[in-house]
Formats: sequence, structure tokens, C-alpha cells
Amino acid sequence: MIETSGVGYAYPGQPPIAFGNLSLASGSHWLLLGESGSGKTTLLHLLGGLLRSQQGHINVLGTDIAKLSETALDRFRGQHYGFIFQKNHLITALSVRHNLLLSPYLAGLPQDDLRVAEVLSQLGLSDKANARVNALSYGQAQRVAIARAVLNRPAVILADEPTSALDDRNCDKVIDLLLETSDRHKAMLVVATHDQRLKDKFKNRINL
Amino acid sequence: MYMNLFLLVWNYLKAKPLNTALNIFLLSLGIAVITVLLLFNNQVQEKIASNAKGIDLVVGAKGSPLQLILSSIFHIDFPTGNIKLIEAERLRKHRLVKKAIPLALGDSYLGFRIVGTNRDYVTGYSAVLETGSWWKKTLDVTVGATVAEKAKLKIGDTFVSAHGLTTDGHAHEENRYVVTGIMARNNSVLDNLILTDIKSIWKVHDQLSLADTASQGGIYSLVPGLMTTDSLREITSLLIQYRNPLAVIQLPRYINTNSHLQAAAPAFETARLFSILGVGVDVLRGFAGVLILISGLSIFIALYNSLKERRYDLAIMRSMGARRRLLLTAILLEGSLLCVLGSVLGLLMGHGSLWIFTHTVEASQKAGLQSFVFYPEEAWLLVSSIVLGFLCSLLPALEAYRTDIHKVLAGN
Repeated sequence: MIETSGVGYAYPGQPPIAFGNLSLASGSHWLLLGESGSGKTTLLHLLGGLLRSQQGHINVLGTDIAKLSETALDRFRGQHYGFIFQKNHLITALSVRHNLLLSPYLAGLPQDDLRVAEVLSQLGLSDKANARVNALSYGQAQRVAIARAVLNRPAVILADEPTSALDDRNCDKVIDLLLETSDRHKAMLVVATHDQRLKDKFKNRINL
Repeated sequence: MYMNLFLLVWNYLKAKPLNTALNIFLLSLGIAVITVLLLFNNQVQEKIASNAKGIDLVVGAKGSPLQLILSSIFHIDFPTGNIKLIEAERLRKHRLVKKAIPLALGDSYLGFRIVGTNRDYVTGYSAVLETGSWWKKTLDVTVGATVAEKAKLKIGDTFVSAHGLTTDGHAHEENRYVVTGIMARNNSVLDNLILTDIKSIWKVHDQLSLADTASQGGIYSLVPGLMTTDSLREITSLLIQYRNPLAVIQLPRYINTNSHLQAAAPAFETARLFSILGVGVDVLRGFAGVLILISGLSIFIALYNSLKERRYDLAIMRSMGARRRLLLTAILLEGSLLCVLGSVLGLLMGHGSLWIFTHTVEASQKAGLQSFVFYPEEAWLLVSSIVLGFLCSLLPALEAYRTDIHKVLAGN
């Protein structure tokens, strides 16, 4: 349900990167592997509608996202994607609960406290709803970021280097949590990484 | 509370309490200064206009025309001297004079001025009695509302006047004034005056003997019951109302060139007074303007700096579906909210400091300044502060609008 054909991207003053055609089924888990500078993040952002492709087609859930207007793309992103980045990038001015509610608010979906409670309890954060983001440990903050990504029940979860800053134990925990959570929400998961520790966890790979 | 734009902006402001407080305070200082000037200026002008209402010209002894106006209309300066009643009477009969009210000044009680005059004076201010009656006999007085309150005078009380405007002047022990009436609050200079007839003033100063009124001849229209042969009598000044517009040009010139008297027009003199005071007001207003400008700059810098810290926040919000316009609006709202809070606080501080001023400085009470009246200009202050907030957040907001999600999130 993500299909690409002839996608390529050229940064100014650099040789263009051509990406192979992809066909990713819904609910599948993918590892996007490649060295630094190989275009992992670029492809991930293209798939996520954070960057507009310069050529080719990217079809997500039957919509060619290259053809969407800026506003429509924003809305599409908000409703169908969940993003997880290397740093948590939670909004420190807001509480955990408001960080999570920001997700449906910005996507134009109804805000539901029951859903917030549900996701927080799934990730073992039930008592943290009203905590300040700054009061969380790194691991807790990462779980809040995962909670935020899945709150809107997205069809696609895109993660960019979610584990590269973690030790082995935490790396395992986070990737298991990601796999488990995306399974629970029947979401496709694409993890872009150069972290070799993740190889065994994924059946499907895209090598750049 | 569910997430909304206001909550988002409010939380950002709350996350930096010191910055936010400083920006609000800086703006509120400027607004407060302007508010105080506004209240002060407007009220003084209103007072001047209402106190000088119906008085076209003041005639008194030669001297400073401004002093003549200040002493005879606002009762805040010493008189320029005395004029002969016989000359005042002659002027009263001039064809261009519609009405003339005599004033005899010079004494006071506890700092409140005693004014010898006739009933035309109170009619001019449309004053009414609260209790008692208007003065009838010599040494009867009717006091203003503020006088009754501050000097604790009631009907039947007697007191001795002092010479001059101070409380420690030479006291006229022999003749005691009797309070026969108290005026209702009039919001004019009358509130601070003790009114009596002119003969009372003469009597206190040992100038009145019964023999004076027994001579032959006409009777003064200005002071009923006084014969015109009594040519030594003096009063302080004469308040004149013109009969027609022609008098504006002719009468002051006629008086100033053809007699020992001086004529001063309140409208002209108060305008002159304001142009002198205006310099100080302009300096203060300029100072307030600089304060507001600096606070605008400070808000701009704060927003611009916080935008750097918030680059990731903005990009993340975009990735979560926030439209560019929403981020633009959020920053504009943040700037405007700061300015609205600053100006509301400033207006409160302005009114508050005037309240403190009127409750601690006695002179301001006598001037009858009100701290909780509101003028339409204040609504304009509020509106222009929103515009200011809009202006100083416009550039940061455009920057937020242009956030390149890919660049920020890819980390280069």
C-alpha cells in the first residue's frame, strides 16, 4: 500500500540519488539500511511526505502524495503517518498529555482522553499523563514519542534512527516496543538506520 | 483542557516566565505613563472647561493675566490686587456686558478660600444645596461639598477666617462666620469654596460701617444695599459674560487701554498655560513612546530567539499535520498576547497609580481628579498594542511559516 516508481532526488550541487521501485504491503515491517549519506533519511522523508519528490510517483493508500497541495499533504500526513525521530523532539513547553493531544489536534481529528490513557497504559506510562516532559527519563521520553506516533492509529509509522543513541539493552527494548506497537495498530513500520543490531529483528530490508 | 492554539501559545509563554514577565512589564510601564498622562490631561482640561464655563472675561487689577485667571476662576493663586467697586460698576453698565459677577477674595479657612460674591456666581455653575440655605445676612456662609467634608463643617458651625490662603495667616478673631448651607457636590471649583456676600469680607476687614449705607445717591447693582457715593469700596475682580460676539474683540481692548483695570480671557490664558505645560507632557509622552518601542523590540528579539530553539518543535508539528498557516498564526498570537497583557497591565497600573496619587496627595483631591474614569483613547491604546504585537511578531511568524521540515528534521 506504499508503491513507488522512478523516485529520485537531487540536492543542489550533488549527484542525484535514484531509488529503486518499492512495494510495501500494509502491516509489514521494513528495515531501511544504508551508510550515512546514502539517502536513508531522504527516502524516509519522501515516503512520509516531509519532502517532495522531484520525479516519479509515490502512492500511499491509493493517493499519489506528490499531487497533493501543501495543505492537503499536511492533513494527509497528520492522519495517516506516525513519525519517530532519533531525538524525541517532544514539545517541552507542554505536559505529556498535551503532547499526545497535539497529535489529533494538528491532524484535525477529535481529541480523546480515553485514547490517550489507552496508549499510555500500553506503553507503561499511565502515571505520567500530567508529568512535564523535562521530568521524564530518556527512555520514558522515547516511549512518549512512540505513543504520540501511534495515537492517531496511523497506517504507516516511519522511524529515523530510533536506536542509534541507545545501549544494547535499551535498543532491544525500543525496537521490540516499536514492533509490538505497530503490530497492535496493524501499522506498516519502516525503520531507517545504519544500526546493524536491528538486522535480525526484521525480515524485510531495503538496502541503499 | 483539550489542545487548542491558545493553550499551545500560552504554554510557550509560561515555559519562559522571566522572559514573558519582563516583556509584559516593559510594555506596561510605557502604557502606564501614557495612561496617567491621558487621565491627567483630559481631566484637567475638562475641569478647566467646566470651571470657566460661561465666563468670557475676568477683570481685575493690573498684573499677570494668567494670575488673574488662576486666582479668580480656579482659585489657586493669589489675586493681582483690588479694583475700585465704582469702576467695576461702571463696567457693569457697559452695553457689551451681559452679566457681571463681583468677587472679593483674600481670606481662607483651613486652606479653603472664602469668596465674597453674589448669587449669580452659583447660578453660573448650576449649583444646588445639599442642606440648609444660601447665605442671607452678612457673615452667613454656604460651603462646598469638599469643604464640608474635609473641614467637618455642618449647619450652624461658626469659624474664624485667616488672612491669605494658608492656615497660619493672621486670624480675624472678632468676626465669626456662620455656616447656613452646604452645597451638593458640583464637580467644579465650587466644591472647594466657602461662599458669602461681599459685605462679609468688608466687615471682617473692618471696612464696613453702617453709616456708609446711609448716604444719598444710587445703589450699587453689584452689591445690593450699598450707595454709589461710597466710592472707596474695593473688590478683587469681576467675572464678565459678553452680550454678543462683538465684545470678544472690543471689550478686552476697551478695558485694557481705557482704565486702571486689566481684562483677561480664560480661553486664551488657559490655552497659553497648556502650551507651557505641554512641553513637559510632550517629554513624558516621548519617554513613554521610547519605552513602548523598546518593549516592542524586546518582544521581537525574544520571539526571534525562541524560534531558533523551537525549530524542531515547529518541524515536528508540521510532520504531525500542522498547516503552515497555523504556525504563522501561533507566533502572531504569541506576540499579540504579550502586548495585550502588557497594555492591560499598563492601563491598570496607570489608573492604580493615579488612585494612589489622589489618595496620598491632598492637592490632587482638591483638584478633584478621578482615577477610575475611562476614556475612549484607552480602547485605542489597546488596539494599537495589538497592532504592535502583530508587527513585532510578523517577521518571526513568517520565519515559522517558512520552516523547511525536511532540512530541520534531517539535521543539516
